[in-house]
Amino acid sequence: MISLLIRDLKLAFRAGGGFGLGLAFFLIVTVLVPFGVGPNSVLLSKIAPGILWLGALLACLLSLDRILALDWEDGSLDLLATSPLPLEGVVTIKSLAHWLTTGLPLTLAAPLFGLLLSLPEGGYLWLVLSLMVGTPALSVIGTFGAALTVGIKRGGLLLSLLVLPLYVPTLIFGAELARRGAEGLATTTPLLMLAGITFGVIALLPFASALVLRVNLR
Amino acid sequence: MILSVQDLTITRGGIPVLEGLNFALEPGRALVLRGPNGVGKTTLLRTVAGLQPPLEGRVDCPPETIAYAAHSDGLKAMLSVTENLRFWADVFGQKDISAAISAFDLEALADRMAGTLSAGQKRRLGLARLLVTGRPIWVLDEPTVSLDTASVQMFAEAVRAHLKGGGSALIATHIDLGLEEADVFDVGPFRAKPRAAQAGAFDEGFL
Repeated sequence: MISLLIRDLKLAFRAGGGFGLGLAFFLIVTVLVPFGVGPNSVLLSKIAPGILWLGALLACLLSLDRILALDWEDGSLDLLATSPLPLEGVVTIKSLAHWLTTGLPLTLAAPLFGLLLSLPEGGYLWLVLSLMVGTPALSVIGTFGAALTVGIKRGGLLLSLLVLPLYVPTLIFGAELARRGAEGLATTTPLLMLAGITFGVIALLPFASALVLRVNLR
Repeated sequence: MILSVQDLTITRGGIPVLEGLNFALEPGRALVLRGPNGVGKTTLLRTVAGLQPPLEGRVDCPPETIAYAAHSDGLKAMLSVTENLRFWADVFGQKDISAAISAFDLEALADRMAGTLSAGQKRRLGLARLLVTGRPIWVLDEPTVSLDTASVQMFAEAVRAHLKGGGSALIATHIDLGLEEADVFDVGPFRAKPRAAQAGAFDEGFL
């Protein structure tokens, strides 16, 4: 298990692994928004939590098809399926590796990007907290989507179409938590809902992912 | 550990390709599968390895005794030869990879990225992976593709050593490996007759 995690992290950091791609995409989205809506800082600070969440979500989406497709192409997925590792464990580790190389860097870089959108002062902590709690769900749901589309040539677009609707609850409560935090309102309810969604998908989806992966490998 | 197959019918894309297969593989023996392209050798090996369920019949053998090697080697281009082998050794709970490296003459390549190897060298690395699995039954699909004569000899030596140690091997190959322990099993006569639509096959429409 640990060796699979280390291998996936190594592959992500080495050339061609796609690490940093999501981060660069996130930066470009946040830089483009002021060009689109104008440099009005009152308006920007109002929409900043939502834009940052949307940017993080799209950046996360960008790397989803690498989670399983690369292993399927070079045959290592077949070999992993016949190895002593349970497939449920394999997909969990894959989600974790994806989160460590995408969700976590996005979370840590978010305050910097919040500055670009003149996020209100009290909002930074809540923005980081909401991303920290919400992005694991994005990786786990994304792995499920990747398992559904593994084996389909250029299934990236189909993957996005399947996964984006499933991201809606996380986006709603994540952005709501960041917005309420920025405006100094009560944050308990969206935080609990966001954490509930994350823990729920972490508990259930690996089993579903392993199941569809088994069917897809036939 | 005996691998035995009883009245097995296997399907590819929902269509039966081979039926009524019966064979047993004893420790210390190798079984070489022969048959024309498309007859279903790969499908048979995938079924034996537990990657797909048989339509009828059964495979008697715990899946955790089987080491499967497919057409593709499952190598990561951006990991070195040692890192690739070390990873599979860790997955299968083995410690020593030096025996596998020397058996397939990979010492000189140990620190090279797998992506920079030639096709034959990659195949040798893929076959070396079998040695770090520590599993008794090898299920091999065309293991000698892109190997030169010397490497084929190297591979035959590795199989011979594995059989001597009480292991067994099920190999689909077209060339003669020169193994005296090997029986040849021609799957050609077991081609499935065309059948009416299978009950329970309705979900194939969605795949």
